[in-house]
Amino acid sequence: MTAPHVVLTDVTRVHGAGETAVTALDGVSLEIHPGELVAVMGPSGSGKSTLLNVAGGLDRPTGGTVTIGGEDLVTLAPRDLAKLRRRRMGFVFQDYNLIPSLTAAENVALPLELDGTRARLARRQARHTLGLMDLMDLSDRYPDQMSGGQQQRVAIARALVGSRRFVLADEPTGALDSHTGEEVLRVLRERCDDGVAGLLVTHEARHAAWADRVVFLRDGRVVDSTGGAERAEDLLAADGAR
Amino acid sequence: MSVRLGLMALLAEGPSYGARLRSDFEQRTGGTWPLNVGQVYTTLERLVRDGLVAQDEEADAEGRISYRLTDAGVAELATWWTTPVDRTSTPRDELTIKLALAVTAPGVDVHRVVQSQRTSTLRHLRDLTRLKRDALERAEGAGAGPDHADAEHGLAWLLVLENLVFAAEAEVRWLDHVESVLARHAVATARTARLRATDAPAPADLVPAAHEGNLS
Repeated sequence: MTAPHVVLTDVTRVHGAGETAVTALDGVSLEIHPGELVAVMGPSGSGKSTLLNVAGGLDRPTGGTVTIGGEDLVTLAPRDLAKLRRRRMGFVFQDYNLIPSLTAAENVALPLELDGTRARLARRQARHTLGLMDLMDLSDRYPDQMSGGQQQRVAIARALVGSRRFVLADEPTGALDSHTGEEVLRVLRERCDDGVAGLLVTHEARHAAWADRVVFLRDGRVVDSTGGAERAEDLLAADGAR
Repeated sequence: MSVRLGLMALLAEGPSYGARLRSDFEQRTGGTWPLNVGQVYTTLERLVRDGLVAQDEEADAEGRISYRLTDAGVAELATWWTTPVDRTSTPRDELTIKLALAVTAPGVDVHRVVQSQRTSTLRHLRDLTRLKRDALERAEGAGAGPDHADAEHGLAWLLVLENLVFAAEAEVRWLDHVESVLARHAVATARTARLRATDAPAPADLVPAAHEGNLS
């Protein structure tokens, strides 16, 4: 089967030092394979967001290693880390974070343009991604002309435009009603079925249920996991054979 | 609810015979409630005895006896559709009983009981979600046209699944709640113990007194 795309090994993150030190993550290990969506649940303060930030290279661990597609984030120079973040992964947030003065297609093309891709090529890739996700009819709309669910789907397209194969989503359904939230999760699930690796932080069990695996954090440690990604691995094995 | 009313609801759509009632029942409830043939026939016999269902006197060419709803049956069914389901006669739930006992049972780690149950329920929720996703895709694929009946059955199945999703979700929320109540309780107990351990008599006396006061 395929090698894991994301590997966290014995990751520790301590904020502060001495007596006031707070251990946000305490020896967390986690692998995400291409095609796999992993959800992280846990009470507030359990380290969910820190885990997401460390996996996405927004925060550096105090101990342990984080590799994305074989590259070790911990030892990368800040410039190279920023480049890897731009090219290899995308973030989805609760409040969509689309730029109001840009259309959906321009928003999706933006990460590519910021990375130096020529505007025409970036637009073409943006339209390709929107098309994959059945969002073509939204491409010329501005954020205020779209519903919350539509904006979040465009945000997922932006996170995965070009060659990016790792999506990190922090409570992506937090601002949406239950039905729209489900629709967004379904889109995320489809992207993962297409080979993307996904890490989802949520406090809603019904949304975590779209993942292959739910990892449960408490006090910075993984206390349990639903395991059983067997079926996803079966699918991957079948993909490899095709 | 009973198998009885389920069968009556099917017979309201037209006369039918035992084996078909059984397969229709299972299909319509998405297979969540498997029946055996014996159960179906015993239920039909009782319905005939109570005058809610009538059976043909003779079997058809293939030896099947047809059943149909009587006027009394139609009336009883109408009452059922319009009467809310009684929730006061709560069925005994093993998990509730298990946790209630675990809280006081010596040597039982309640947190582990909660955690392992939550993991198991989340796994169940994931499996239900996969089924739901398939059902959604089928419902969207079928739509109108010759598959109309299929689409309606798909919709029924989807609603059954969502009921199970809501139930599993509620269980996870309840388990989260149990955990936080236990955590608060542990903090309060530790504080009381600390106060008792100190030499200051006033607060040590006050705390249990206030606690008893709340109870009475």
